[in-house]
Amino acid sequence: MRAFEYVSPNSRAQAVSLLGAAWGNTEILAGGTDLLALMKDDVITPKRLVNIKEIKDLHGVSSSAQGLRIGALTTLGDLADYADVRAHYPALAEAVMEVASPQIRNMATIGGNLCQRPRCWYFRNGLGLLPKDESGKELVADGENRYHAILGNEGPAKFVSPSTIVPILIAYGSKIRLEGPRGKRELPLEKFFVIPKTESDREHDLRPNEIVTEVVIPPVPDVKAAHYEIRQKEAFDWPLAVAAVALKMNGSNARSARVVMGYVAPVPWASAEAEQALTGQPVNEATGQRAAEAALKNAKPLNHNAYKVQLARVAVKRAILRAASGGAA
Amino acid sequence: MRNDDPNPKDSKDQPDSSGVSRRDFLKISGISVAVPLVASPRMVMAAGEEVPVHGPGKVPMGFTINGKNYKASLEPRVTLLDALRDQFELTGAKRVCDRAECGACTVLMDDKPVYACSALAIEAQHKAITTVEALTQDGKLHPVQQSFVEDDASQCGFCTPGFVVACKAFLDKHPRPSAEDVRRGLSGNLCRCGTYHGIQRVIAQMAEKGA
Repeated sequence: MRAFEYVSPNSRAQAVSLLGAAWGNTEILAGGTDLLALMKDDVITPKRLVNIKEIKDLHGVSSSAQGLRIGALTTLGDLADYADVRAHYPALAEAVMEVASPQIRNMATIGGNLCQRPRCWYFRNGLGLLPKDESGKELVADGENRYHAILGNEGPAKFVSPSTIVPILIAYGSKIRLEGPRGKRELPLEKFFVIPKTESDREHDLRPNEIVTEVVIPPVPDVKAAHYEIRQKEAFDWPLAVAAVALKMNGSNARSARVVMGYVAPVPWASAEAEQALTGQPVNEATGQRAAEAALKNAKPLNHNAYKVQLARVAVKRAILRAASGGAA
Repeated sequence: MRNDDPNPKDSKDQPDSSGVSRRDFLKISGISVAVPLVASPRMVMAAGEEVPVHGPGKVPMGFTINGKNYKASLEPRVTLLDALRDQFELTGAKRVCDRAECGACTVLMDDKPVYACSALAIEAQHKAITTVEALTQDGKLHPVQQSFVEDDASQCGFCTPGFVVACKAFLDKHPRPSAEDVRRGLSGNLCRCGTYHGIQRVIAQMAEKGA
């Protein structure tokens, strides 16, 4: 790891002013589980780390009539243990417990989970988000792309969005709050993720000197939700496909539905097609299957990842059926 | 430890004529290339207040490890694992993947298991760090360690210290685990010899004893 200077501000305003206005020279240190690996591999070489863990008001979880406010520095381990999370957002608690390993969950924060960089092996080997060879030819399309995107991959971005908990957070209707030199802003969580078009773009709507301060999940008293992941290993593995579903029911029919996939596109992929296929319908094997087909209707697999289309269909269908049968197990 | 390691020990560690261990040799070889420099922090203004900026050179640091106080001057880039192993001779935690994947470096930070390779020493200063060395008291093995011996839960032994710490932390949180709890709860540690069945027996025995 290259040498860097280290500073631990104790307020948001200090943190913001210690971060650079351009990417590259400064990085935020929260749990560090992704950041230090990127630095050890020279994927990033910051000159300064800004440790935000001394900022007290970025920690902790609180409930109110507006829902659940999760401080950006809440560790995944603590998040899954909160009684309010288990009671009111069981699909989130379940998704969080599926992340990595106990040791990582004890260090990794929710803010860091949302801001982690893609797992694309070209990116991790220093070839950039949109890897090209010297002649400018894109490397992923004709390369080792078995874990890459099957949707939203028409442009140069072929990586998949790496968070496994974002799909269920989006399905619940979460918002993200940010703070920077121009003040605070709040976005629907799905708007935080963007598909980069040039190598100087990032995959987040986050400025270099902004910090994630909290995630807010609205109350969901009448929502049945579920999360489903397909992985090669049962634990401590990156998934091949993730689906999260939130249903509002009217008797046995879906009054409305949110269907969000992960690990299929450079951003978390909400499927309007699947949502439409479920709305007003009874939720059962047949409609679950139809919604899953609709969700992957526009999939355009690369050379080596056509298998992911069927895995994603299965994930969507199983998440729908799991949600309808009462939500997270 | 590579010879560009930023933290060679002082010359008091010169070996005697009876021989030079690999560890000592690497330490000595590091001395010639490092420029030890401990500077006081630079103050910068941030949002109207002075904030100390540490490094990139060596920074005086203090730690609480296994209930004892330790001091060292380290660059901010030094991981907790490298500080434990290279500065404080606490070599129980192993450096294997160095990427938060294998679990061989597992230690407790404020009683929770974490990967020491993926925390910076500088951010671990105000935490209570417990390493595998603390589990043996007065020459007597911790029950988890004793059970590793009796249940044949080691083969080459390199993953064992990390597994022992992970098992202890797991049992503290799940005294009566199901088989599924065990598989998931210990998923953060890998054993290339494949001693998983022995380790599952350790957990089963410990749970039975109510330890």
